[in-house]
Amino acid sequence: MFARLFTALGGKVISFFIYAGEVVLLATETLTSAFTHKIRWRLFQYQIVDIGLRSQLVVMITGAFTGAVFAAQTYFQFNKLGMGSAVGSVVSVSICRELGPVLTGLMIAGRVGASMSAEIGTMKVTEQIDALRALAVHPIDYLVVPRTLAMMVSMPLLVAESIGIGIVAGYFVGVHLLELNGTYYVANMVRWTLLRDLIMALTKALCFGLLIVFISCHKGLTSREGAVGVGRATTEAVVNASLAVLIFNFFLTMALNIVFPAGFQ
Amino acid sequence: MIAVRGLTKKFGRQEILRGIDLTVARGETLGIIGRSGGGKSVLLKLIIGLMQPDAGEIWIDGENIIGLSERKLAAIRQKVGILFQGGALFDSMTVEENIAFPLHEAGERDPKVVREKVSEILEVIELEGEQRKMPVNLSGGMKKRVGLARSIIRRPSCILYDEPTSGLDPIVSDSINRLIRRLQERFRITSIVVTHDMKSAFHVADHIAYLHEGRIYFYGTPKELEVSSDPLIQDFLLGRSERELEPVEST
Repeated sequence: MFARLFTALGGKVISFFIYAGEVVLLATETLTSAFTHKIRWRLFQYQIVDIGLRSQLVVMITGAFTGAVFAAQTYFQFNKLGMGSAVGSVVSVSICRELGPVLTGLMIAGRVGASMSAEIGTMKVTEQIDALRALAVHPIDYLVVPRTLAMMVSMPLLVAESIGIGIVAGYFVGVHLLELNGTYYVANMVRWTLLRDLIMALTKALCFGLLIVFISCHKGLTSREGAVGVGRATTEAVVNASLAVLIFNFFLTMALNIVFPAGFQ
Repeated sequence: MIAVRGLTKKFGRQEILRGIDLTVARGETLGIIGRSGGGKSVLLKLIIGLMQPDAGEIWIDGENIIGLSERKLAAIRQKVGILFQGGALFDSMTVEENIAFPLHEAGERDPKVVREKVSEILEVIELEGEQRKMPVNLSGGMKKRVGLARSIIRRPSCILYDEPTSGLDPIVSDSINRLIRRLQERFRITSIVVTHDMKSAFHVADHIAYLHEGRIYFYGTPKELEVSSDPLIQDFLLGRSERELEPVEST
């Protein structure tokens, strides 16, 4: 019985390491290709529109309602202790360091990750990727590199946008709905929100963007068995990318906190 | 031009190819016939490097392509075009964009030159005026012809055809056969045509190889195939399945 249990667990562990290895190899080949081969700027622009422009509504709503609800919850707790004036700084720092990058990452994993995986997966099962290869075009150069570069540009901007909107929404809720003093709100926010908080947000955004693009493209490139396979690959891409964002967020927080420590020094 | 030596390929425990030896001379057209699921399409994909064999050698223009990386294979693939069974058109592009794709990838930026070349090739495949259509709005035969146009626009020295007439009505099949023949005559392209359409094989091939149970069972001219008294070949040519359905003892 134990032998069977260990075999089953061992199989899963080995599969996980093989999968992780494949994603790392894809990442390595993509980044190498970006520096050593022709970049298709037209496809890059198309991906900027797809990732950046078409995610605007999702990112704005995510940022606005996260900031609004976080300001309200912080107020409900802090006001009892007479610390209402600290709401602005708590909302701002939290959104910069955690909520902005993570929630935007999750939304982009759902919207863009699914679309990348489904599009590339469909190309795979309809022999369009074989056709690319047969026409002497490397699928990584054509499909993955433009998406990666577009994600590297779009994701930090989307996270910055989400943070900005979240802070504005928090201010609106705190000052206009919950009647906090606007001057204290802004003064504390500006005092406690530092450049390093924003750098941490943008660093996380870049890392999450890369995770999403490599996990989604890998799922698309390895999908098989027709429409069912593409559906499965798309679901797995979203789930894996979302989990990766959450797990990496913890390790990134711990690592980045050494370089960019939280709070006023 | 193309030589295959001792090629074997397995999928799991299933042996698809068990030591294939073939040679196709420059300008020649080889028809490969055989039953469905017999490994004909796999053989084509091996020849163009889309799959790797378990053993054997594939020589194209004097270069063994086995073990070459994807990037090194690109140079070989510029010489060899392939027509996929379903056309494999890029579904986000129009007919014109599909056909012009290899030109753009080769660095051709002058829209006038691209348009001229596309028009010329559309004339060859008899699809003038269909440039703006999306692949979803094309019939099976049109998709195959556009796929063919995309393969030949950069004038490869060899084309591999994977079931060029399957799923098409006899008239469209005939037009595809005539098109293949015309390309051979006009551009002297070396061709390998995988098919189980005997009419097509007889129409386009200079030599025919019959693939049976992973091996080349017969190799010869269409005439030699036609007059062969081998019962297996006769069954295939005449489309007879009785022998297969008879009890083992009586066969």
